[in-house]
Amino acid sequence: MNFTFTQRHKLVAAVLMAIGILGIVLGAINAPEGDMTRTWASLLLGNFFFMVIALAGLAFVCIQYVAEVGWSAIIKRIPLAMSTYIPVAGIFMVVIFLLGHKEIYPWTMEVLDHHLAKKASFLNVPFFLIRMVIYFAIWIAFAVVIRKNALKEDEIGGTSMYMKNRKLSAAFLVLYLISSSMMAWDFIMSIDPYWFSTLFGWYVFASGWVSGLSMIGLIVVYLKRQGLLPGLKESHVHDIGKFMFGFSVFWTYLWFAQFMLYWFGNLPEEIGYFIPRLTVYRPLFLLNFAINFITPFLVLMTRDAKRKLSVMATAAIIILVGHWLDVYLMIMPGTVGSNYSFGWSEIGATAFFGGLFMFIVMKSLASVPLIAKNHPMLKEALNHNI
Amino acid sequence: MSHYESPLRKPLILQDKTLHDITEDICRPIEQKPTKLWYAAFTVASICLVWWVVCVSYTLGTGLGTWGTNKTIGWAWDITNFVWWVGIGHAGTLISAVLLLFRQKWRLSINRSAEAMTIFAVICAASFIVSHMGRPWLAYWPLPLPNQFGSLWVNFNSALVWDVFAISTYFSVSLVFWYTGLIPDFAVLRDRAIAKNLAPWRKSFYSIVSFGWMGTAKNWQRFEEVSLVLAGLSTPLVLSVHTIVSMDFATSIIPGWHTTIFPPYFVAGAIFSGFAMVQTLLIITRKILNLEAYITIYHIDMMNRVIMITGSIVGCAYITEFFIAWYSGVEYESYCFVNRATGAYWWAYWSMMTCNVFSPQIFWSKKARTSVALTFVVSIFVNIGMWFERYVIIVSSLHRDFLPSSWSMHHPTFTEVGIFIGSLGLFFVLFLLFAKFFPVIAMSELKTIVKSSSTQAKKYQKENVELVTSH
Repeated sequence: MNFTFTQRHKLVAAVLMAIGILGIVLGAINAPEGDMTRTWASLLLGNFFFMVIALAGLAFVCIQYVAEVGWSAIIKRIPLAMSTYIPVAGIFMVVIFLLGHKEIYPWTMEVLDHHLAKKASFLNVPFFLIRMVIYFAIWIAFAVVIRKNALKEDEIGGTSMYMKNRKLSAAFLVLYLISSSMMAWDFIMSIDPYWFSTLFGWYVFASGWVSGLSMIGLIVVYLKRQGLLPGLKESHVHDIGKFMFGFSVFWTYLWFAQFMLYWFGNLPEEIGYFIPRLTVYRPLFLLNFAINFITPFLVLMTRDAKRKLSVMATAAIIILVGHWLDVYLMIMPGTVGSNYSFGWSEIGATAFFGGLFMFIVMKSLASVPLIAKNHPMLKEALNHNI
Repeated sequence: MSHYESPLRKPLILQDKTLHDITEDICRPIEQKPTKLWYAAFTVASICLVWWVVCVSYTLGTGLGTWGTNKTIGWAWDITNFVWWVGIGHAGTLISAVLLLFRQKWRLSINRSAEAMTIFAVICAASFIVSHMGRPWLAYWPLPLPNQFGSLWVNFNSALVWDVFAISTYFSVSLVFWYTGLIPDFAVLRDRAIAKNLAPWRKSFYSIVSFGWMGTAKNWQRFEEVSLVLAGLSTPLVLSVHTIVSMDFATSIIPGWHTTIFPPYFVAGAIFSGFAMVQTLLIITRKILNLEAYITIYHIDMMNRVIMITGSIVGCAYITEFFIAWYSGVEYESYCFVNRATGAYWWAYWSMMTCNVFSPQIFWSKKARTSVALTFVVSIFVNIGMWFERYVIIVSSLHRDFLPSSWSMHHPTFTEVGIFIGSLGLFFVLFLLFAKFFPVIAMSELKTIVKSSSTQAKKYQKENVELVTSH
């Protein structure tokens, strides 16, 4: 059974992108004194949010191979489709950096104080660009080859492609362990270039990972409602729900560890990052915790909740909104500062990238069979009953 | 859960063992007299335990001046050993709780002894907390008890107080979890003792400890419910205990201690060291008790993968700390890390790096992962490396104080070394007693996978594959 990318889907994606472009343009035109900081920060927000979701899709697929997972064999095409968005995110990330770096990253200024001058051997435009290209080259290469192998399995059968992908996945996960931390330092942490946190990379990973799991859950629920995943049982949805629940708690754990240790130590070079977040951003800072911890914790606690499509869809949307806010709180205090709001720029940029993400993912989902044909774990997945 | 398994899955019970074989193989060592090897090991461990008693008594009688700690280095071997032992305990909880939630069937042959190891390791760890207090008769002071000392109350802002709660919760939950699993197995031993008319103490001992277990459907239903609840409770504990231990350091503002990655990185390190200790123990146990059919090469392979992954995560954290120390621009942080690698304790740092980061990388090769001898060697390496990790973190961060006049070195004394070696004696005495009187494999639980994952089941599935998968 295949997913068809209908005119209606295309229309929704196109409308989202159109609203997005309109919003970005309106936001830029209305910018006071031609200050484009908010526009660029919003573009970074939208692109980064969907980039980490796409990366989480690829990481999810790789983990299924390396851990020899059985139950997920019938849903693997969904994260695989998500991973096809990575190149698009890469192009936009390079463009946003090239055109907007002056507005987003203070270390790109002509004159640097002695703190930033010390870091200039790492934080400089050419080296940043080189790193960025390396990250995306690695991610895209693995995403393309792993997807190709997975699709080839449909034709040739056997376990050779599975074994091949298992090796590739192990290699990817090692590189991802390193590159996901480094890209978080580069793309996000260097917005506040005086600040540093050893945990930051893992914290950003946790946020993107939960978003990715929720996106998988949301797409699975959508496809199931369309009657497109006949082999999918409540047990599969339950398992995705467990992941969303568990990793929401895991995100909270890292959020708390990072915040508490700096709040507790109260050193000027460390607490500086949290001062705007605890003052002008305070309502959002607390909302972030409430949406991303308390809501999934209470909503997804019971077994019945995780087995119900409507509850799962609601939880997935809440978590996605919550982690968008999390990324917002990573980017905005260091860029627009106290002049933050939710207007044309923020909503427009996110709608644009959301529409683009939808278009790319649905297109690649429709281009191949929705369920892998010769996956060696497929029978286990069809017999999955917990 | 369905009994169907993908042809890619390896059997977890070898040699065509039946349900009855499992009972016989696990109960036999308990019902027979111990072997000479057991007596030899028990003697050595007991001697170490006696040494532990002597050194601890000497410390408590004379004072903490018998140790090599000083004004600058106030914590050294004591807290290193404490963290090392707590960390080792983590594998047991991970295997029994997290791997249960992840439906990893291979945990079934190893969970019992890993959980036992957890309990004994936490006992060893707690002994260091008590002995480093110097006045163990006041060991109840960290508890928030109503008292008659005026306004004396524990400092809830101190991570050390959080640790008291973390460790005691962890110990209680692990103990209950372990014991719950033991009940059906004790009942088997009880029934066999009665049927075979074994020594009277066996009948009464196993009758008492099995709590009147009858093996009814209701018994099993409650058993499974309790197991799931305890697994749910233990999973956050796997993370929380070592997180709080890491906060003993990270809530301070000492360069080298005050870093945000500590909580998850300590947890990864704890799982890493715990699995290494499980390997060390199980490779010996499976040989002595002839359990090769249950603790198979595949089990060793899987544990080696966990060791490789967690070792790499730990390595990644080391490098992250190093990089951010430079990136932060804080000269005290940068100095601390450069000094770790090149200063007076360079040998400890590079022992740590070699054992923890480089040595497990050998497990990328399947040949290495499935070699029992090599696994044993690497597991010892990791045990040593993880001890050095804590030593490096604690001592190297302290020994260069802010004031150069306070700079110091730590020289361990005979007593300190004695307490550490002695704690190994304590651990092995407990483990050997466990291996003699308790079933080292959770036989009742293991029996649940005979129909899906034994060599017999695999043969059956191969012959009747259509029959099994038709629905």
